Amino acid sequence: MKFIYDLHRTMMSQNLILVYQGDFTQETTKSILAMAERNIDSSGEESNIKRKVFNVMVESLQNIVKHSDELVDGQTRSHAAIFLIGREANRYTIMSGNPIRKVNIPKLKESLEKINALDKEGLKELYKEIIKNTTISEKGGAGLGFVDMARKSGGKLEFEFPEMSAEYCFFSLKVNVPREATE
Amino acid sequence: MEILNLEGTEDTPKIILDKKNGIFEISGRSLPEDSAEFYRPVLEWIAKYGSEANPSTDFVFKLEYFNTASSKLILDVLSALEDIKGMKIHWYFHEDDEDMEEAGQEFSELVEIPFEFKTY
Repeated sequence: MKFIYDLHRTMMSQNLILVYQGDFTQETTKSILAMAERNIDSSGEESNIKRKVFNVMVESLQNIVKHSDELVDGQTRSHAAIFLIGREANRYTIMSGNPIRKVNIPKLKESLEKINALDKEGLKELYKEIIKNTTISEKGGAGLGFVDMARKSGGKLEFEFPEMSAEYCFFSLKVNVPREATE
Repeated sequence: MEILNLEGTEDTPKIILDKKNGIFEISGRSLPEDSAEFYRPVLEWIAKYGSEANPSTDFVFKLEYFNTASSKLILDVLSALEDIKGMKIHWYFHEDDEDMEEAGQEFSELVEIPFEFKTY
């Protein structure tokens, strides 16, 4: 059972305040938000920082609910994804990981790279451009989640696609929210 | 006209649309699972109201938080309000919430309706 202690130590050393792994639905999203909110409230965090973190959490969680690919491996089917929040002295980090079919990577990567190439003004323009022209997709998204995360973060979206199998990678995303005012 | 009255929940806003008493307000949090479905009755109500609107309408947005899928629907609501004569938007934001203030400013740039910004 040493893995329990190992996991605990990893969480401590990575400054993680919340980790959830499993199925993601709107109900789990609400529970995770409530738990994280209580934690951040009890730490006496400034309300504008708290709102930005909450904002990024919602977009990240709803992205998983709407877009995580079901992992099919022989007889096994799984929706398991992971969501983590870290708190360091100078920032919060909102992290997520979910299986993605390799065929879906190029489009996702392109949109993340496009967002990372923009500055504050560019992100604002892109947001307005998308909201004017978008329609809500079948999955219920507006195509604005990553743009909004980048705006609330004020930094780059960090992402990787480590390989899981011939067909799948694990889309790993990290978004930082600074705890000091950036302006 | 019938009153549209939706109680707020942890992921949906409180909505009151009351022509007779001149109360038009969307407040609270908006992060429903299906934003298009949630705002459908609101858009339907506004479409009806448009054909028999009061001479002036003060429409209040007092949102604490909304997700991006809701932001698209809020723009749809504003676009529907745009065609109604005598429309004015009152956009409230918490005094230290510059993101909500900026969101209101962006909406005001996307539709041709007068916006008044207020803190609460």
